[in-house]
This record gives sequence, structure tokens and C-alpha cells, in this order.
Amino acid sequence: MTKILVLAEHDNNSLSGATLSVTKAAEMLGDEIDLICTTSNISNLEAEISTLTSVKKVHVFEDKIFENEIAENTVDCLIAVSDDYDYFLASSSTSGKNIMPRFAGLMDIQQISEVIEVVDGSTFKKPIYAGACIATVKTEQSRNVLTIRTTSFDKTSTDGGSAEFVKHDLPANNTNKPTFVKNELTVSDRPELTSADIVVSGGRGMQNSDNFKLLEGIATKLNAAIGASRAAVDSGFAPNDYQVGQTGKSVAPNLYVAVGISGAIQHLAGMKDSKTIVAINKDEEAPIFKVADYGLVADLFEALPELESKL
Amino acid sequence: MKILIPIKRVNDYNVKVRPNQANTDVDLSNVKMAVNPFCEIALEEAIRLKEGGNATEIIAVSVGDEKNQEQLRTALALGADRAILVKTDKALQPLDVSKVLVKVYEKESPNLVIMGKVGIDGDHNQTGQMFSALTNLPQITFASKVELNGNDVEVTREIDGGLETLSSSLPAVITTDLRLNEPRYASLPNIMKAKRKPLEELTVEELGVEVKPTVTTLKVESPPEREEGVKVENVDVLVEKLKNEAKVI
Repeated sequence: MTKILVLAEHDNNSLSGATLSVTKAAEMLGDEIDLICTTSNISNLEAEISTLTSVKKVHVFEDKIFENEIAENTVDCLIAVSDDYDYFLASSSTSGKNIMPRFAGLMDIQQISEVIEVVDGSTFKKPIYAGACIATVKTEQSRNVLTIRTTSFDKTSTDGGSAEFVKHDLPANNTNKPTFVKNELTVSDRPELTSADIVVSGGRGMQNSDNFKLLEGIATKLNAAIGASRAAVDSGFAPNDYQVGQTGKSVAPNLYVAVGISGAIQHLAGMKDSKTIVAINKDEEAPIFKVADYGLVADLFEALPELESKL
Repeated sequence: MKILIPIKRVNDYNVKVRPNQANTDVDLSNVKMAVNPFCEIALEEAIRLKEGGNATEIIAVSVGDEKNQEQLRTALALGADRAILVKTDKALQPLDVSKVLVKVYEKESPNLVIMGKVGIDGDHNQTGQMFSALTNLPQITFASKVELNGNDVEVTREIDGGLETLSSSLPAVITTDLRLNEPRYASLPNIMKAKRKPLEELTVEELGVEVKPTVTTLKVESPPEREEGVKVENVDVLVEKLKNEAKVI
């Protein structure tokens, strides 16, 4: 019987939507799906995890060391429960990227990153070269570690399940690891970038961080998340967690509005799966227009206020 | 203090890579090759640590065929003191590369290993984490700021929610994100000088690493093309199309 272990991603308060997509990918591999949850407070997460219909069992490691994520701590727990499983899945978030290759290394498994399609139990599709090509890869390993690009999978059913929660003691180990000092997390009332229905993104054309705020009115009217190109983040117009692209986040909303973004291949890699793409740029030769469903060649400083007033 | 910098040879990041005719792999013939941008950032950080008096020796290491000499010479021109090429004609996967790097680490005993978070070719984002696991060195990925204080390093990381700062004793492994620094260009005199810097050659077999092709590529294709859309004349038309045609607002 094929058994799959999914790493639950959360902020100790609520479960990340990414876990629902990873669980959906797991369902394509088999129907014995368990979760592993390392947390400082399982009672905050228990009700939400219990809604996942396809999950059979949840391995819980609860301790204050999980208040902040240290890859070494999570991996030690993954190893402790790994024996029964054929597949180990997490999302390709910065969290999954930090944790899973470490685990794969210790298990002597070659990981397959950023899976966008499960062809069969040993064959997967993944983007390479910033999404310029799609590779179909086949694993000859009996056990596999996959990270899942969540925008390529639907969310699993949350109509209610009957998962059994199994508490474990922390594994004893002598792993060398860093210590947590502090974090500066972006606080926003807007939808989360990778799961928003609508994303409004700004690029170098926004010119400065004050102008970047012009996107906020439109984002508020559309209940959209705000994103940015690498150029905008590098220039300090927007924080790093706004970055969409090969080295930032992958998004696939119903509507992606690219404002003052030229459309470098590295940016397209992170957004070209969006259902509808709008580009607003004064340079009509900008490559972004090649992927846009609707292109508006205009000065964004005139177009944005007008767009905001007409929405 | 010794710093080890793994260097990967990849396509120039400006080149759009395409599948070959048979769709069995990418077509890299006639493609300009370069040092992986994230490895360049790792090297730049090491050079700055050395310039600041915090490091004494920078060793660049590459795993691959003879052509990797080019990228190691670039690293030497930029500021690495010496280079090691671990030769193989096989296509190595991240797990294999990390095992080779473990052997080089054991041989050289550096105090710090800084490497790119991802190769822009395979987009794996694995080698640093695997190397850290196999050496049991503290792992700090996606660095945007590195501060060395004696035998400790404090690193700011870019994570999905914002920024996070971790601290670790040395030796440790750091992988670099884009905003850690802006790499310099090599000057002509330094390019000339690099030709005389030591470049040691070893083989994967000599280091006793068994390469296992456990994941093979069956097919490489172009992604489905998006159909080019229409240009709209003004904001009114745009709003109308989004409401009534695309029905997304």
C-alpha cells in the first residue's frame, strides 16, 4: 500500500492554503495520506486540519521550539516518523524549500522540486530554466521526496475528515543548528499573494516607493494582493515578500495586472499561468504584452488613477 | 578564516533556453555559459568578508567537465585565491553534487561555506540544504544580509512572510538570495592574474563518490504558449473587457 506523508505548513495559528494543494497532489499518488505537524500549539490547528477529508493520521510534534521554523528541528521529526512512507511532500514555499532537501539529503533520496503535474507514481513534470522548458522526469527510487508548486494543483476537500492525531515526543538528536534571533514579517489586511484571486503587481516603471502606493487603491477596490517585479523590490519600492518570479513567488490568480513591468522571463516564470493577464506599460514593445490578454499602452500615472475611479 | 564557494556553470541568464529537436533535453549548443548568478553573489560576499579583514582564503570549487575551468577562472579573476575542479563527464544531480562537496569540505576544512540558493538551469534549490545535512553543519538558506562577529554569524533570510534573522556559530552553510549584494565585474589585470592562480583538478571517482542516476529526464518541451491578446485603446475599454468578456471583476 502506497503511503504518503505531507508536511503541514502553518504559522502556528492557521493552516496554510498550500497544504490543501499539496494534499491534493498527494491524492494522485495514493489514498493513504498522513500529515506531519510540528507546532508550538496544536490546539490552534487541530480543528482546521480535521476538515481535510483525505487525511488519515496526523503526526504531532508540539513544543515551544517550533514557535519559529528551524529546518533542522522539523527534519529531525520527519526522520523520526519516516519509516512507513513511500512519498514525502511539501509545497515549494520558502519553508518547503528550506526543509525538504535537507530531509532528502539525510534519507539519501534525490528530491524532485517544483512538481507541476503528477503523470504517474514515478513520473512528474517540473519547470526548468525559469519555466522556459518543462521537463518530464522519471524516478527509479522506491521512496521519493517532492515539493509541489501549489498553483498547479486544486485544493483538497475540506468537508470534514476523521484524522487521528498521534502525539510524539521530540526526537533526541545532536544536530548542529542556528538559533532564531528575530523576524520582520509584512503585516497586511490583503489576501495572501499566492492564493489571491486577483494580483496587482508593480515594476520598475513605478519609479519610487511613493508611486508604488498608487497600486493600493486599485488593490483595495478589487480585493487583490499586491506583487512586485524583482526590479521593484531591488529598488526598494516594495518588500521582498512581494516578489513574483523565478526566485520569488509563483502565482496563478484569475486576474493578474502588471503595471510598469517589462516582462523579463524570470518574472513571467512566476505569473504566466494566471487566467487573465492585463499589462499597463508605456513601452508598446515591452515583452509583457506578449503574454497579456489585454494590453494598455499608456502612462501608468494617468492610467492608474483613472482605472481606480472606474472600478 | 577559509571560505569555500561552490561555483556552477550554467547558461547566461539572459539567454532563453529551448528544448532540442528530439525533445530529449535542452539545447545548449551555441548558448553562452556563465557562472550561476547566485554563486556569483556567494563569491562576492566572500570577497567582501576578505576585504573587510574577516577572511584569509577563498576557495572556489566546481563539479563537472573540463569546461568548468572557464567559470573557475572567472571566480579567480573576481577574487578567489585558488580553485578546485572535481571532474566528471556524467550529469550529476544535486544529491551527487552535495556528496562531492562533502568530500571537498572534509579535505579543506573551511570555516564557512557560502553557495547560491539555486542553479538557474535545473531550478532545484537543493544542494546547499543537502550539503548542510550531510556535513551536520548549521543551515541558513536564502540570505540577504550576512554579518560576521568573531566565531558567530548573523544572517537575515528572505522568507515568504518577510525577513527572518538567524544566528549560528561557525562552521556553517549559507545559501544566497538575490539581494545579498551586487557582484563586481572582473578587471582586465585581474583576469590576467587569474591565469596564474592555482587550479587543482580531481575526479569524482578519486573522491570516492558513487554517482547514481536515480531521476532521469524523459522529455523536455516548451511550455504551452499563451495566445497574444489584444491592445485596448483606453481604460474604459479595459474595464469593459474585464467585466463582460473575461468576467474577472
